[in-house]
Amino acid sequence: MQIGVPRETRARETRIAATPKTVEQLIGLGYDVAVESGAGERASFSDEAYAAAGARVVTAEDAWGSPIVHQVNAPSDEDIARLRPGTVLVSLLAPAISPDLVEKLRAAGVTAMAMDAVPRISRAQSLDVLSSMANIAGYRAVVEAAHEFGSFFTGQVTAAGKVPPAKVLVAGAGVAGLAAIGTARSLGAIVRATDARAEVAEQVESMGADFLAVQLPEVDAAAASSDGYAKEMGEEYNRRAAELYAAQAPDVDIIVTTALIPGRPAPRLITGEMVASMKPGSVIVDMAAANGGNVEGSVADELVVTDHGVTIIGYTDLAARLPTQASQLYGTNLVNLMKLLTPGKDGQLVLDFDDVVQRNMTVARDGELLWPPPAIPVSAAPVAQTAVGTKVVKEPEPPKDPRRRYAAMVIGAGVFAAVAAVSPPSFLGHFTVFALAVVIGYYVIGNVHHALHTPLMSVTNAISGIIVVGALLQLGAAGSIGGTKGVVIMVLGFVAALLASINIFGGFTVTRRMLTMFRKG
Amino acid sequence: MDIALIQAAYIVAALLFIMSLAGLSKHETARDGNVLGMVGMGIALVATLWLSLRDAAWSAWLLIGVAMVIGAAIGIARARKVEMTGMPELIAMLHSFVGAAAVLVGINTFVATSDLVGVEGEAVHLVEIFLGVFIGAVTFTGSIVAFLKLSARISSKPLMLPARHWLNLAALVVSAGLLVWFVAAHSIVPLLVMTAIALAFGWHLVASIGGGDMPVVVSMLNSYSGWAAAAAGFMLGNDLLIVTGALVGSSGAYLSYIMCKAMNRSFVSVIAGGFGSDGAVFDSDVDYGDHRETNASEVADLLKNASSVVITPGYGMAVAQAQYPVAELTAKLRERGVDVRFGIHPVAGRLPGHMNVLLAEARVPYDIVLEMDEVNDDFPATDVVLVIGANDTVNPAAAEDPTSPIAGMPVLQVWNAKDVVVFKRSMNAGYAGVQNPLFFRDNSAMLFGDAKERVEDIIKAL
Repeated sequence: MQIGVPRETRARETRIAATPKTVEQLIGLGYDVAVESGAGERASFSDEAYAAAGARVVTAEDAWGSPIVHQVNAPSDEDIARLRPGTVLVSLLAPAISPDLVEKLRAAGVTAMAMDAVPRISRAQSLDVLSSMANIAGYRAVVEAAHEFGSFFTGQVTAAGKVPPAKVLVAGAGVAGLAAIGTARSLGAIVRATDARAEVAEQVESMGADFLAVQLPEVDAAAASSDGYAKEMGEEYNRRAAELYAAQAPDVDIIVTTALIPGRPAPRLITGEMVASMKPGSVIVDMAAANGGNVEGSVADELVVTDHGVTIIGYTDLAARLPTQASQLYGTNLVNLMKLLTPGKDGQLVLDFDDVVQRNMTVARDGELLWPPPAIPVSAAPVAQTAVGTKVVKEPEPPKDPRRRYAAMVIGAGVFAAVAAVSPPSFLGHFTVFALAVVIGYYVIGNVHHALHTPLMSVTNAISGIIVVGALLQLGAAGSIGGTKGVVIMVLGFVAALLASINIFGGFTVTRRMLTMFRKG
Repeated sequence: MDIALIQAAYIVAALLFIMSLAGLSKHETARDGNVLGMVGMGIALVATLWLSLRDAAWSAWLLIGVAMVIGAAIGIARARKVEMTGMPELIAMLHSFVGAAAVLVGINTFVATSDLVGVEGEAVHLVEIFLGVFIGAVTFTGSIVAFLKLSARISSKPLMLPARHWLNLAALVVSAGLLVWFVAAHSIVPLLVMTAIALAFGWHLVASIGGGDMPVVVSMLNSYSGWAAAAAGFMLGNDLLIVTGALVGSSGAYLSYIMCKAMNRSFVSVIAGGFGSDGAVFDSDVDYGDHRETNASEVADLLKNASSVVITPGYGMAVAQAQYPVAELTAKLRERGVDVRFGIHPVAGRLPGHMNVLLAEARVPYDIVLEMDEVNDDFPATDVVLVIGANDTVNPAAAEDPTSPIAGMPVLQVWNAKDVVVFKRSMNAGYAGVQNPLFFRDNSAMLFGDAKERVEDIIKAL
C-alpha cells in the first residue's frame, strides 16, 4: 500500500510527517511512500534526499490520494475534501476538543487515527507523540527564554565582576517540564519546579532541580489520574499553589509554565499581580498559551512585553521551531505505529480493535464514529492501583488463625516435655546444644551473599563429613569387640570412614578451587 | 584429663566451623572461611584419632589410615577434575555419601550396643539410631536420584506414580510402626526393613520432582545430610557432630527457603513433586503474535551502539558451556566502554549460586554480577538485555498475568529494557511449561541456536 506524505498546509508549520530515515523504515515494512514535492523543505529535507531513501516525489493530489496519509496537523476542510473514502489518515487530531473535525472525517468515510490519543501505557510509549513533541517544546521553551533574557543563565566570576546564576521556575513536571528543567540546568541556572503530583519530586530532583511541594498532603495521591495525565485540582490546593507562585515570582528570573490538562482550558497559575511582581527583564514562557494560557496576559503565538518590562512568550509552535528534530521524532513515532499496524511486514495495514492502543487512537472508521473510546485505566503512575489489583487476586487466602499456631506451639511444648521427662539427662544436654546450633546456623547463613551459595554448599558438604568421627570411634573400638560382630562393625565403619573422607577432602578442595575463581573487576 | 582435652578440641572445632560459615557470607572473607573450616576439621580429626586409637590394635590404625587415604584421594581427585557446570552433580554425590555414612554408622552403633538391654535411656537411644538411619537412607537415595537427574543419566521429568502422595504417606506410617516394634523388640529386623523402606522413599521423593526444582532439592538434601549427621551425634553422644549437623541442617533449610521464595512456591508443593499440586501441564492456546528473529551481526550492531547492557543467564548457558564466550564478549564490550552487568535470578541454574560460580570460572569479575533485586530497577535505563538460556526467570506473565501458573514469582523484568535479545534453541516453553510472552514483545528478538556458537558469532561480528 502507498503511504502519502503531503506538505503541511497549516500556516507556520515547519514539520513533516516523514524524514528520509523513516521513509526507509516504512519501505522496510513493505509500503510504498509518496512524498509531496517540497514537503520537507522547511525541515531541511530535500526532495532528492527523499528520492534517495526510496520515496516517490509526487504532486499534492497524488499524496492526498494515497490509501494511507501521514500528516502532522489535523487536515483543513479542503484537505478533507481531497481524501478518498476508505483512506487511513494518521495525524494529530485533538479529538477531545474538536468534535466538529471528527464528525467531518467520519462523514468523509475516512479511517482517522489520532496520534494524540495514544493511551499512556508502557507498550505504547514508542508511539506517543505528545511525549516526543513535549520534550522538544520543553527544550525550546528554555532556549526562547534565554534568547529574550538579558543575562547569563550560569553564574560566573569574571575579571569584570561576578555574575549571579539565573533562577528558573518550572511549573508542571511532565515531559515538557522535565525537558525544560534539564535544559535550564545544563545552561547553568538554578532550577526549581512544582507539580501537583507529589510522586514526581524524585524525577525533578534527579534532573538536578529543587522540588517545591504544595503543602496539602491529602490531595497528593488523588492527583495522578488513572490515564497517566495530570488532572484538575481542588479549590484548597489551588489557593496553596497560588501562594507558592506568588512567593516565587519576585525571586526568579525565568518562569516556564507547562500545565496542560488534555481537552480542558489551561489552568491559570500566574496572575497579573504575580507577573507585575517580577523583576524587569524577567521572562515567562507560557507553554499552554494555545489552550488559554497558564499566565495572565499571555497571547497565543505572540511575544508580549508588559509595562514594567516582563516578557511573556506565548508561542504555540515551540516543537515546530526545531523542525528537523521534531520531524524525525514524529516520523519515528509513525513508524512505530505502522509496525504495530503491519503485523505481516508486507505493506498491508491491518486494524485490530482488540488492541487497546489501536482502538483508542481510531476516532472514525467507515462512517462510524468511534470517539470517545472505551476507558482503559492502566499503568503510568498508579502504584496503588497495581497493589489493589494483586490484592483482589490474592484475597481468597485468609490469614491463618493465630490461635492455631499457638495451639501447635503448646502441643509441641507438651510433647517435648513428655519426651524430656522420660529421657536421660545426657540427652537433654545434647538437645540444648542441638537447638542452639540450629539457631546459630540459621542466622549465620542468613547473611550469606547469593553469589556464594554454591561454595557455601560445598563447604557444608565438607564439614558434614564430620560424621567420620563416628566411624573412627567405631573402628577404634571394633578390635576389642572381636568375633563376627567385630568384623561387621569393622567393615561398616571402614566404608563409612571412606565415604566421609571423600566428603571432607573433596568438599574443601572444590570450595577452595571455586573461591579462587571469584575475583573483583 | 584426656577427655577434657578432647572436649576442648571439639568446642574449638565447632566454633571454627561457625566462623567458617560466617566467613563465607562475603567475597572478601570467603577464602579465609574455607581455611577456618579446614583447620577446624583438622583439629576435630586429630582429637578423634587420639581418642579412638590410644589403646587400639595396629589393625585399627591400618584400617583408618587406608580408609582415609583412599577417601582423600578420591575426593581430591574428583574436586580437582570437576567442571564448574558439573558442580550440581558433585554436590549431590557428596550429599549421598553423608547419607550413606549416616546409615552405616547408625547400624554399626546398634550392632555395637545391641547387648545393652534395660539400660536407662535405652529407648531414647534406639529412637536416635532409628531416626539417624532413616534420615541417612532418605538422603542417600534421594541424592543419588538427584545426581542421576542432574547428570542427565535419567530423565529430569517428574516421575508421576499413581497415588504418589499416598505412597509417601504409607512409607512414613509404616516406618513409624517399625519404630515402635524396634524399640519394643530391640531387634535388627525392623531397623533393616525400615532402611529398605527409607531408601525407596528417598528415591521416590526426588524422582517425582522435576529438573527446574533442582535448586530446592539440592539445598533440601544438603539440609537432610546435616540432620543425618546431627542424628548420628545424638546416638554417639557426640556434641561436635550435633553442632555441625545442626549448622549444616539449618543452612540447607534456609537455602531451600530462599529458593522457594524465589519461585513463589511453598516448600511442601516442591517436595510433594511435580509443578503445582497435581503436576498438571499448563498449555494455553492464547495467540501471542509473532516473534522476531534476529542474527548475530544485528545483535553485534545493537551492542556496539549500546551504552548499558545487562546479561541474564540461565541453565541454558550452563548446558551450552557458553560461560567462556560470554565472558569474552563481556570483556570486549567493557573495553569499548559499554557498561556490562549480569542479573542473576536466585533459581537460575540447578544449584543455588550456580551461575555465579560459572561466571567466576570464566573470570567475570564478581562486582558486575548482581542479584535480581539489585538490577531489576535498572532495566528501564538499559539499552540491551541478552537473555542467555533463561526462560521462566524472565517471564513477564509472572508479573502481569494473575492467571498464569507462575504468577507472583519474582522475575527479572528484562522487558523494560529498550531491546531484548533472547538466545534460545527453539520456541519450546521453559521448565514450568508456561509460554513466555516476552518472546513476542515488540522490543524482543530471538536468536536461535546453540548459545555458545551464537555468542562466538557475535564476538566475531564485533
